[in-house]
Amino acid sequence: MSRFQFPESIASRPVYGTLEPRPGKAHLMIADAEGAEALLDLAVRDPALVRAAHIIYIPKGTGESYVPRLEMCGPAQFHVAPSYEASVPRLRRVLTDAHMGLQLYLAGTEGLMGQAMSEAIEHGLPQRSIQREHRGSVARRMQCVHCKGITEDVTTDPFVCAHCGLHLFVRDHYSRRLAAFQGVRVDAEDPGNVPDPVELYQ
Amino acid sequence: MTMQFNTETFRDDYSFRNSDWAIRRFPFPFHEDSYMYSVNMEQHRGGPEGSVYEKRFDVDEHYVSEMHDRALVLAEDPLRCQSLPHMTLAGWDLLELIMVSKSEDYPDLFELHRDGNQWRWINKPLGIDDTFTFLDETTLPYGPMEYITRQTQGDFAVLDQREENLWMDAGMVTTQADWSLDFDIGMNFFEWHAPVPRAHEMGIFKRALKFLLNVQQGSPARRLNWTMTVNPRLDTSPENYHKWGVEKTTLTPENIGAKQHLRVELQTFFRLPRSNALVFPIRCYLIAFQDIVTVPKWGRRLHRVVRDLPEDLADYKGFIANRPLMLDYLSQYDDGLPTSPGVWPDLETEPPLQK
Amino acid sequence: MSAAPQKAKAGGGTIDVVVRAIVPLNDLVTRFEFERPDGAPFPPFSPGAHTIVEMNDDGRPRKNPYSLMSDPSDTSHYAISVRRDDEGRGGSRFLHTAVSVGDRLSVSYPVNLFPLDLRARKHVFLAGGIGITPFLSMIAQLERQGGRWELHYACRSESLASYADDLTGRHANKVHVYYSDRKEALPLEDLLDGQPLGTHVYVCGPKGMIDWVKTTAADHGWPGDAVHAEEFLAPQPGDPFDVHLARSGIDVHVEPHESLLEAIERAGVDAPFLCRGGACGQCETDVIEADGELIHADHWLEDDQKASGKKIMPCVSRFAGKKLVLDR
Repeated sequence: MSRFQFPESIASRPVYGTLEPRPGKAHLMIADAEGAEALLDLAVRDPALVRAAHIIYIPKGTGESYVPRLEMCGPAQFHVAPSYEASVPRLRRVLTDAHMGLQLYLAGTEGLMGQAMSEAIEHGLPQRSIQREHRGSVARRMQCVHCKGITEDVTTDPFVCAHCGLHLFVRDHYSRRLAAFQGVRVDAEDPGNVPDPVELYQ
Repeated sequence: MTMQFNTETFRDDYSFRNSDWAIRRFPFPFHEDSYMYSVNMEQHRGGPEGSVYEKRFDVDEHYVSEMHDRALVLAEDPLRCQSLPHMTLAGWDLLELIMVSKSEDYPDLFELHRDGNQWRWINKPLGIDDTFTFLDETTLPYGPMEYITRQTQGDFAVLDQREENLWMDAGMVTTQADWSLDFDIGMNFFEWHAPVPRAHEMGIFKRALKFLLNVQQGSPARRLNWTMTVNPRLDTSPENYHKWGVEKTTLTPENIGAKQHLRVELQTFFRLPRSNALVFPIRCYLIAFQDIVTVPKWGRRLHRVVRDLPEDLADYKGFIANRPLMLDYLSQYDDGLPTSPGVWPDLETEPPLQK
Repeated sequence: MSAAPQKAKAGGGTIDVVVRAIVPLNDLVTRFEFERPDGAPFPPFSPGAHTIVEMNDDGRPRKNPYSLMSDPSDTSHYAISVRRDDEGRGGSRFLHTAVSVGDRLSVSYPVNLFPLDLRARKHVFLAGGIGITPFLSMIAQLERQGGRWELHYACRSESLASYADDLTGRHANKVHVYYSDRKEALPLEDLLDGQPLGTHVYVCGPKGMIDWVKTTAADHGWPGDAVHAEEFLAPQPGDPFDVHLARSGIDVHVEPHESLLEAIERAGVDAPFLCRGGACGQCETDVIEADGELIHADHWLEDDQKASGKKIMPCVSRFAGKKLVLDR
């Protein structure tokens, strides 16, 4: 099962729902890994919606598990990208020419949804035109508050910043603009005293 | 110029000092012997003569040195000042508000001469004399918000108002109590307050937001907030936490009176007329424990507040580890006598320490 | 700082003004221009803001909200345009018939409940009749800043189309006027289609028009936060009724041509307000007892709050029945 019940948290931490068909002039769907399951569920509820949609899908380690099934839904446009970064030029091209009435459906990991949402808002899409459904990995995208570097796919607390090497603890405080949670040095008041890392949500 | 400005530092050798004048006008934040969150808003329409509430933007003996410290922070990290593109008009609003207020409230220090949109601004303490075109960004060395807040004490959060919420879409933040503008920019009122314990459950932020959304032109408001800081450091940012956090462990019974500071924020709120944004100046005042206890009422009360503060608040305010040390020190200045209501020092009417 | 917060004056500060010009635009609408007695500049304002004009109508105090329609960058004067409402309670008729150039009035500091969203890549304005007024100040500001906008303006007839000639003369490519007496309809579906991302729609006009725009936009996939509306409800006259103000211990009789809020103020009780049009929520008042029917006319209270009989917005809502007791 790809669903995870996040514990209740603070007000800046994103809350995810279930993708719902919505009226709109165009429908853009972006998913990674198990996020494909959310699109497949949506296709069961409203096959015509998915047939009208443009889907960008990043398998991210799931290989071909979902690609044929997504293709079977018959989306108007279907693009498989090897990574989110690789899909960005296409995404920007689509958003630049998009019109009001566009609905954006995001599904999969927090990192993917956060980055695509930030890109869409940057292009003027209202936040309420965007729906998100979490599926799959609970790894987090973290910003080091000290060096500003982003560490992807963090699964333990504390973790080591991939850029400056400080040991950071994982906060729930989240920036929509950066699409990242905040990491703060764990041993600032007692240098060298770094607790053993534990899996997130353990 | 009538005011004498200190030459002092807020880092390294920490030569910051409050004069007797600055101690007596310190905005002591506790109106009774205990503390709990409240919305505690009031109109910002002046206050007793000489108090920090009297002028729209208080200027004191630390002005020149604080502006020097801000310049150092910005040179190290320009991300401490940011403005999203739609906030430029609000920046001009803020520049106008501060220039008009300061030139009217401190005519011996600041002058503003306006001929249509041709403006001349003279800031004597900082030696600035600039002529520019109002609403034309190309005529200033920085954006309007950065230009004027490099010349004004306190941090500034500039909030866009939409969708029945306030959005932190611009700011100048170099004297903060451990929050990051670079991280929080673009957040709404509930999001940027998310890390604060208890207050959400108490409905404090809902009520505060409702109040702030209705702050109108010509009717500014204010409140106080407080925390604790070891050493008189203005820049207690999360960015530099790995540099200042360790200073918290340097307290000893011998140095606590000089090193431990009460940090008070005078927060004010002004509706900005041209943009309909709200500006939220957060002015930081620091005072050493050894200076607070020279006011007997404040010494008694501070001991009681620190002693009785719930654990989670002491933790959030970052002094839970040092609380025993603080209480050992402060208890020497609490003789158990009752204290008069309100925040004022009441030096003439309150009895001296009875031990 | 004091322990107890000070009480703000209801409605905020006011500005004394002198009527400098009265310009009839057509059979129904007249423009009033104000300057300050000492010639000082007015406070700047943001487009979409309104001011509350205080009038003394034959001993009866009236406070009516009007959109500021002058250029926000011109602080030498404020201007409003007032549509005469012969069926109404008299505020607009008072301005049209009893106010002359040189008269002194008092207006509130500007309050904005209909601001531009400054993030917008483009602004689409939809005006119905006198709903044109806030857009005049918005257009003035966007022209100065180089903002993208277009206006669609629905009027009854050419002779009643305030400012239409002026607007089409200056901005021929951006202004579109539709006259209902020529069977011209505002092509809403067409103009919502194809707007670039980041477009915001603003509508000011009668309730039916606002509902139509909101529903149509939602059907086209526009989220609510990109659709802005302002509907000032003029308080409607009604049958007289009595109210007891429990906290003040006063009984007040509400006349047919005054609002409940005006009657409360006439009795000397200071009550909070900002818009006086059922939109801002400031005057929300607890109902202690109501033996009869609350006639809700605001768009602030939720439906369940209206049904509960526990809240009333005295700026526009009324009462019919035996006994009404308010916590005021």
